[in-house]
Amino acid sequence: MTDLPKSTTRKLGLVIDLDTCVGCHACVISCKGWNTENDGAPLSDQDPYGADPSGTFLNRVHSYEVQPDTGPAQLVHFPKSCLHCENAPCVTVCPTGASYKRVEDGIVLVNEKDCIGCGLCAWACPYGARELDAAAGVMKKCTLCVDRIYNENLPEEDRTPACVRTCPSNARHFGDFSDPESHVSQLVRDRGGMDLMPEQGTLPVNKYLPPRPKDDWADSSVLAPFLTPVADEPRGFLGWLDKALDKI
Amino acid sequence: MNPAPSIIAFTTFSGLGFGLLFWLGMDPTPPRGWVAFVFFFIGFALALGGLAASAQHLGRPERALKAFSQWRSSWLSREACCAVAALVTMGLYAAGLVFADVKIPPLGWLGAALSLGTVFTTSMIYTQLKTVPRWHNRLTPLLFLSLSLAGGALLSGRVTLSLALILIVGALQVVWWRIGDKALQASGTTLGTATGLGDGGRVRAFEPPHTGTNYLLREMVYVVARRHARKLRGIALILMMVLPILLLLAPFHHITALLALLSHVTGVLTARWLFFAEAEHVVGLYYGKR
Amino acid sequence: MARTQPQIDTSPKVSDQVRKTTCYMCACRCGIDVHLKAGKVAYIEGNRDHPINKGVLCAKGSAGILQHNAPSRLRAPLRRTGPRGSGEFEEISWDEALKTAVSWLKPIRETAPEKLAFFTGRDQSQSFTSFWAQQFGTPNYAAHGGFCSVNMATAGIYTMGGAFWEFGAADWDHTKLFMLFGVAEDHDSNPIKMGLGRLKERGAKVIGVNPIRTGYNAIADEWVGITPGTDGLFILALVHELLKAGQIDLDYLSRYTNAPVLLNSDAKSPDFGLFLRDEDGTPLVIDRNTGKPAAFDQPGIRPDLAGRHRHAGVTHRPVMHLIAERYLDPSYSPDAVETRCGIPAARIRRIAAELAQTAFGEPVILDRPWTDFRGEHHAQMIGRPVSFHAMRGVSAHSNGFQTARALHVLQILLGSVETPGGFRFKPPYPKPATAHPKPHCKTTANAPLDGPHLGFVQGPEDLALKEDGTPARIDKAFTWENPMSSHGLMHMVISNAHAGDPYRIDTLFLYMANMAWNSSMNTRGVMEMLTDTQEDGTYKIPHILYSDAYSSEMVAYADLILPDTTYLERHDCISLLDRPISEPDAAADAIRWPVVEPDRDVRGFQSVLCDLGHRLALPGFTNADGTATYADYADYIINHMRKPGIGPLVGFRMGDTGLKNGRGEPNAAQIDSYIANGGFFTMHVPEEASYFKPWNTAYQDWAVSMGFYDKPEPYLFQLYVEPLRKFQLAALGHGDRQPPDHLRGRIQLTFDPLPIWYPPLSDGHEDPVEFPVHALTQRPMAMYHSWGSQNAWLRQIHGHNPLYLPTKLMVRHRLKDGDWVRVTSSHGEITVPCAHMAALNENTVWTWNAIGKRKGAWALDKDAPEATKGFLLNHLIHELLPPKGDGLRWANSDPITGQAAWFDLRVKIEKSVAPDESQPVTSPQASPVPAAPKSLRWKVGL
Ligand SMILES: Nc1nc2c(c(=O)[nH]1)N[C@H]1C(S)=C(S)[C@@H](COP(=O)(O)OP(=O)(O)OC[C@H]3O[C@@H](n4cnc5c(=O)[nH]c(N)nc54)[C@H](O)[C@@H]3O)O[C@H]1N2
Ligand SMILES: Nc1nc2c(c(=O)[nH]1)N[C@H]1C(S)=C(S)[C@@H](COP(=O)(O)OP(=O)(O)OC[C@H]3O[C@@H](n4cnc5c(=O)[nH]c(N)nc54)[C@H](O)[C@@H]3O)O[C@H]1N2
Ligand code: SF4
Ligand code: SF4
Ligand code: SF4
Ligand code: SF4
Ligand code: SF4
Ligand SMILES: [Mo]
Repeated sequence: MTDLPKSTTRKLGLVIDLDTCVGCHACVISCKGWNTENDGAPLSDQDPYGADPSGTFLNRVHSYEVQPDTGPAQLVHFPKSCLHCENAPCVTVCPTGASYKRVEDGIVLVNEKDCIGCGLCAWACPYGARELDAAAGVMKKCTLCVDRIYNENLPEEDRTPACVRTCPSNARHFGDFSDPESHVSQLVRDRGGMDLMPEQGTLPVNKYLPPRPKDDWADSSVLAPFLTPVADEPRGFLGWLDKALDKI
Repeated sequence: MNPAPSIIAFTTFSGLGFGLLFWLGMDPTPPRGWVAFVFFFIGFALALGGLAASAQHLGRPERALKAFSQWRSSWLSREACCAVAALVTMGLYAAGLVFADVKIPPLGWLGAALSLGTVFTTSMIYTQLKTVPRWHNRLTPLLFLSLSLAGGALLSGRVTLSLALILIVGALQVVWWRIGDKALQASGTTLGTATGLGDGGRVRAFEPPHTGTNYLLREMVYVVARRHARKLRGIALILMMVLPILLLLAPFHHITALLALLSHVTGVLTARWLFFAEAEHVVGLYYGKR
Repeated sequence: MARTQPQIDTSPKVSDQVRKTTCYMCACRCGIDVHLKAGKVAYIEGNRDHPINKGVLCAKGSAGILQHNAPSRLRAPLRRTGPRGSGEFEEISWDEALKTAVSWLKPIRETAPEKLAFFTGRDQSQSFTSFWAQQFGTPNYAAHGGFCSVNMATAGIYTMGGAFWEFGAADWDHTKLFMLFGVAEDHDSNPIKMGLGRLKERGAKVIGVNPIRTGYNAIADEWVGITPGTDGLFILALVHELLKAGQIDLDYLSRYTNAPVLLNSDAKSPDFGLFLRDEDGTPLVIDRNTGKPAAFDQPGIRPDLAGRHRHAGVTHRPVMHLIAERYLDPSYSPDAVETRCGIPAARIRRIAAELAQTAFGEPVILDRPWTDFRGEHHAQMIGRPVSFHAMRGVSAHSNGFQTARALHVLQILLGSVETPGGFRFKPPYPKPATAHPKPHCKTTANAPLDGPHLGFVQGPEDLALKEDGTPARIDKAFTWENPMSSHGLMHMVISNAHAGDPYRIDTLFLYMANMAWNSSMNTRGVMEMLTDTQEDGTYKIPHILYSDAYSSEMVAYADLILPDTTYLERHDCISLLDRPISEPDAAADAIRWPVVEPDRDVRGFQSVLCDLGHRLALPGFTNADGTATYADYADYIINHMRKPGIGPLVGFRMGDTGLKNGRGEPNAAQIDSYIANGGFFTMHVPEEASYFKPWNTAYQDWAVSMGFYDKPEPYLFQLYVEPLRKFQLAALGHGDRQPPDHLRGRIQLTFDPLPIWYPPLSDGHEDPVEFPVHALTQRPMAMYHSWGSQNAWLRQIHGHNPLYLPTKLMVRHRLKDGDWVRVTSSHGEITVPCAHMAALNENTVWTWNAIGKRKGAWALDKDAPEATKGFLLNHLIHELLPPKGDGLRWANSDPITGQAAWFDLRVKIEKSVAPDESQPVTSPQASPVPAAPKSLRWKVGL
């Protein structure tokens, strides 16, 4: 099912707030836990207690240093999972139709039963959002927790991706981008939500909120009155104290 | 990209095999009988061997048949279909020549076209990838096709033709390398665009998400030292082009022809290793590697 | 062709059952929903109803499933068969293990109970373990607080009756400016992240003061990359600016703090610097209404900050006078401190102005009437929306107590403690130092100790000294070396026991503390002390008894191991008698309970202690008829009573007419009720009691009803801490209990009753020119100390730890990422891989804490990166400072509290050729557990 739908009814995805993410990796592990135990092959680990441990993860948190022209270097924690692109190259390259984009909500999924593990979709994804599981031999990727968000066995409030539910600092938001009034659409509008690698033409659904300006030592003149001395010496200060107390 | 031996072998040998099949299909006076058998056998062995090698690369090879279904959109699927079509067509054509001593030219031409088509679809698997700017280049199919034709010509003993084609291959290869060296930069993708942080200043990867390795790093982030690469390029050119030309220009002898072929194939394998090893996938940017 | 999509099941069954308990992957104690499939743990997520985490969970918490199933889990009691440190053991039965333990402990108790030293790590049952130790009769009990953050805890409690740490939190909903000092992760781990998230949502400003800009500091709007050890100077410069501009909350200061309390100001008086008190001992202030002295808590008075008072020929001045005199001095001005702190004076001024602007220009006013302890009615709650939080970056320095005090004084001057938008306590805090017990140390053979071990001294008379003036405790807590060591000094136990100073002990009993590795300073030295023998070949520390759940480095050094269960297999109690899980708006406690049964021959340690207590016939654990008082820990949790009506848990107790909360009789179904309630219990603070708690009658009454205190105990914040002055006076020669002469100077200097700054003590011992670089550690958010590495998921994130160097040092030493450096301190040397970090103080290097592992530990491969590339900075840190030529070895601790000064470390850096692995290499230990699997496909359900 390798064609992309011309359009999808809804556009579900995540907003990731780079101004708020503290880089705690909570989303990484809850994703691993949920997706290991639930739909599809478990996310396996090789040499887990050995010299060269590695495993499959659907969400990973990088960190970057940004050196502005003036001021100190900044550090940005940067979680990354599948962006559920509208123009998903990972889907069109798939020879088996295992990769597909759902027409109802735009979620990009792998049908593990059809996947031959050729790896081409991972090559086609610019974001490193797909990982071939070494034990199962099939491609794994973020499912946007499709087995949670509609799951009637979960309480309504829990029908949200595992990573969003767990994020302690509320840096991850889930919603429908096709609805301009949704929380995620609003966040994107208000905070200048951006695409990663727009030049790749993938039209990612997930958006990133840029860090707010930092270390911006604004004009302190408005603050100056707050530091006008009341007296030049301790004795004078005590005099001021006496007067000030009378006013209370 | 990870220069996986299976993929290097696959692309090189199947290219060679389909190249040979092409010439056999186009040959107005094709060999017949056991000579034909030997030629076609070599062609099929190379093409099939290459395909088998590529199946090795699959996580679930037992499901390989599923790969034929998405020919409408997937180059990989098209390649599979094309390869099978080419092999079947050429098989029929060959059977005619070997067993019945009949030559059905349209079948040969169709087989030849499909053989070239297979090489083309193979090349398109790489060419289509915007994520690997070095490959995402109009010359990539030309390079693959010319290599296949040259190798096939060499294999089928077309000395003059192969001389000309090898020269073209060499030239294309050099141009392709030069373009490729600037491709990542030309693509406009940088760590800045990858993270969206580029407007804030110079972006540098600090901590990777894991201290260990992972599938992406193994598969898509392979770093060859520049100096090393340059030396290998030289070796590849000499083996693939210079040496075969010298050998072919020398008085013809089966031994020199064989040596020319071996040298050429080794050169192509080297170049193919570089094709992968030097290719930078943009995901490497996220890991601070290019 | 029409598109056809695979049909997928979007509503799969999630689990068979959810059991709610409490996380133990760190000390934050979040609520967890443990999903079970076929009786096995399948998935762990946060409990949405829980007061601490409200559904979120950190990486460690989510990875609990692999902690619970770690191959490193101990399987049965172990008796050492090889030499100490080798890791060679045989598995024995519980009966044999307990008999052995009794054979060591019984004779001790019958002759000299102090020969048992019982120390626990980040124990979450301290009120229980201390009770056990008290019944045993040894004075030698404490938990890990002494090397962790006792500076923070004591400074907070002596100053304002509660500390940052887990005693309080910022008013996340109202704060407009939040300043964070020296925090990478904190015990209050998820709440801080949630709080920061809330601030970000509201666009409140966050300032991070930290030499390193990662994590919380990375998302701070402004980063102050301070030079380590100089926060006190920076904070007092802010105080200087605020005072100079009169930007302080005078009303608040006069009502709720000891700023108006009268001090003896006569330098010749033996009471110089002590409070003027009435006959009842209540401190006096001048009442502005009458101009006369009055007890501070008299109804209707208006305490004066400005006046003076002569009494019995001695001039008395309010504390405020001293504050003004001290901090208005130009030596505290931004210009005077900028170089040392590495922060330009103009920036210090700007931050001071921002604090003032936010506190006084944008007050938060809640229409919530309340009544104060003087009976005055207030129509509104007015608050200063600036809040602060600090942790070990401030406290793990030898000037940390005074620095933490400085920060509290700053908060209080701004009127931002217990007011809307400021910092708020979590019940049962606030609770002043005077409401806490004092330390007890009187031992009697065959009898309990005379009272609780730990507490808050009020002066020299409360020190834990023997008649002859020598230390009563093995760790020398509450002695002149560190009089206010309220949490004991766990980091000194092994070295003192090894040296037999102040005396020899027989049995070292440790519980969940990896003292042979990351928990100790001078790791190699500690390993040697634990294995050192006397002339007759016996070990200098004769017996080591240890409870761990996993194959840690410490296990290898014990003689007998009592294997604990994992946190999902036992009962635990997170009690209000201890460190509860309260939040500012609610008192809360919680339990753990066996959501699954152990599949090994292991027992919950607390239950084992109940058993041991009975076998030793300890009062409190043995009934008059000789039977055991408690069948197990669950039985203790339900039935133990500290005081009438007060037990470990406050919820679902028995009243006359049925269930009640707070005070009440035991209820046999209490634990079941907790389980039914999600594993915890909350009591909301009434609205009118939500702020101004120390002075708010509604709060005080509520606290009494909950059993936090027996009667309302309103008190004043102590800008001036009188007990400090008492020690200073002793050092000046006043009083009968006198410090040894070599300590007089230091006590006079450092025990200033108003916050001061002095350079970290090691700066006087280590040459700052030879060792110009500060070296720090930080907690990784996805790892808990040493335990995280046995977790297959977490160790992929932090499998080794480079030493991060700032740009200046990378360039100077021509280094690139992955090069190796030799790092030398006055104590030791390590050779480790390095990496570049630009967002770092230019004289600081750092690494993640406790990633390095000893080979053979934790069921990891011998070539695990933790052992080959990972490393501990601890090899460079000594529990004593280098000799100075005065014949003494001074402790590498805060002189007031004994807090271990981890972060005073200074080093020099050189480029090194790459060794095969990180240096020093420790010999491998044998593993007492089977080898770990080579691959994992963790899925319990199908
Ligand atoms: N994930 C996780 N959470 C934990 C733990 C864990 O191991 N892992 N451990 C728990 C324990 S036991 C504790 S004690 C707490 C400790 O929690 P934290 O107090 O956050 O302890 P550290 O990680 O040591 O971080 C100390 C911070 O202080 C900074 N610092 C050092 N010196 C100075 C200084 O002079 N001035 C300033 N302003 N900053 C300085 C360091 O850069 C570092 O960021 O965390 C608890 N929570
Ligand atoms: N360089 C440097 N060193 C430091 C610090 C620093 O900042 N820098 N910080 C210091 C501080 S604040 C602290 S608190 C210490 C922490 O150091 P430790 O208290 O030693 O912490 P852990 O490494 O977690 O080790 C605790 C032990 O408890 C065991 N354990 C885990 N779960 C259980 C259980 O359920 N039951 C039992 N019985 N045992 C269990 C673990 O296996 C481990 O052996 O490190 C200190 N060391
Ligand atoms: S992020 Fe990658 S895997 Fe996901 S839809 Fe886009 S291209 Fe495909
Ligand atoms: S790995 Fe699987 S999903 Fe990806 S392209 Fe190949 S068959 Fe399709
Ligand atoms: S949405 Fe689900 S699958 Fe995707 S990253 Fe989050 S937790 Fe993982
Ligand atoms: S859980 Fe939230 S804060 Fe933590 S790394 Fe993920 S996005 Fe960032
Ligand atoms: S902060 Fe994390 S590890 Fe600590 S108790 Fe909470 S969930 Fe568990
Ligand atoms: Mo700690």
